[in-house]
Amino acid sequence: MSLDRDALAARIADDIPYGAYVNLGIGAPTLVADHLDPAREVTLHTENGLLGMGPAATGDDIDDDLINAGKQPVTEHPGAAYFSQADSFAMMRGGHLDICVLGAYQVSVRGDLANWHTGAADAIPAVGGAMDLAIGAKSVWVMMDLTTKDGASKLVESCSYPLTGVACVSRVYTGRAVFEVGAGGVRVLDTLGSTLDELRALTGLELS
Amino acid sequence: MRTKIVSGLAAAVDGIADGSTVLIGGFGLAGQPLSLIDALLEQGASGLVVVSNNAGNADFGIARLLAAGRVRTVICSFPRQSDSYVFDELYRAGKVELEVVPQGTLAERIRAGGAGIGGFFTPTGYGTLLAEGKETREIDGRGYVFEKPIRGDVALIGAYRGDRLGNLVYRKTSRNFNPMMATAATLTIASVREIAEVGELDPEAVVTPGIHVDRVVAA
Repeated sequence: MSLDRDALAARIADDIPYGAYVNLGIGAPTLVADHLDPAREVTLHTENGLLGMGPAATGDDIDDDLINAGKQPVTEHPGAAYFSQADSFAMMRGGHLDICVLGAYQVSVRGDLANWHTGAADAIPAVGGAMDLAIGAKSVWVMMDLTTKDGASKLVESCSYPLTGVACVSRVYTGRAVFEVGAGGVRVLDTLGSTLDELRALTGLELS
Repeated sequence: MRTKIVSGLAAAVDGIADGSTVLIGGFGLAGQPLSLIDALLEQGASGLVVVSNNAGNADFGIARLLAAGRVRTVICSFPRQSDSYVFDELYRAGKVELEVVPQGTLAERIRAGGAGIGGFFTPTGYGTLLAEGKETREIDGRGYVFEKPIRGDVALIGAYRGDRLGNLVYRKTSRNFNPMMATAATLTIASVREIAEVGELDPEAVVTPGIHVDRVVAA
């Protein structure tokens, strides 16, 4: 069995502790926001300069001066604060954020992250905040599919795509299983109903 | 009476030389001083080095400068966007140079430029392609990359309100790179949506003190 994106986002939201300061990367990780229980008082950071980001803005709430890192219109919660990007990245680089949830092309068993560049010769390089996010939170979690459309594992012994950060990811959430990665290698935290043999077949990795 | 307020956009961008390094505020279109960029286009300076987070959106602002062939080099974190077709085409044709800098490193390099810092070691980018050729150092067991400051000949700032002394406040996420850029250029030019009377801006809330600003224009 496997979880769909929404169910996986809900699972991640459930693992975020009370009162945490969290940055959700562009793409699938933004879905996590929809599943955060307000009673948990999680504060969302967006690296373009806001703590206390609210949901996407619609209709009359759209304000061109109030956008998220994906340049989409958003809202602010009471108690929000604005700051410059130097302050925003100091907040990140300085290790003040608790959790960052990012998408990825590949993650290695020791926690290397590849999510900014496919390495294709004709690609226009664009990094944005990816490298800062990769090294900038106390815990960096990745939300991704376990395999590509062609069936290749995205959890790998060693990344073949250009790295975004070295040994920075601690946890990988996929629809098939949740993994811990790092200096001690890879470990399955939650099989989400898969068997270890199924996960070994999908990843080609020694798993326990 | 001393005033930094200039009478119009042409006066605001007067004297910008060919080959200048121009710091341009904004994140996407938020806080991007579109009217100053249009005035710079009109003014005619070319061979520019543009430092900004992005490399232009659709046919606005920085994209217009690029399309007119005025830009030699772009230093930015994220050139590729859904509507960056002007930059994309010039880049693929080899008509503009690109230096990609991680967003937080770009902000800090500009901050360093304005703060008189000769460079800094950052963990961002360590062990990646963007650290190639740069000095690295291990400090207390962690790898760091040396990054140099960025200064501009000119900074174009998009602020919300400003007074004749050059004090500026911003609005919501349009603050972004503007405050650092205002400190890091020889000539800082701010466009504001509203001119405030001196004393009207709460001194506790001024983000860019007027010392950093040379010209203010309502646009």
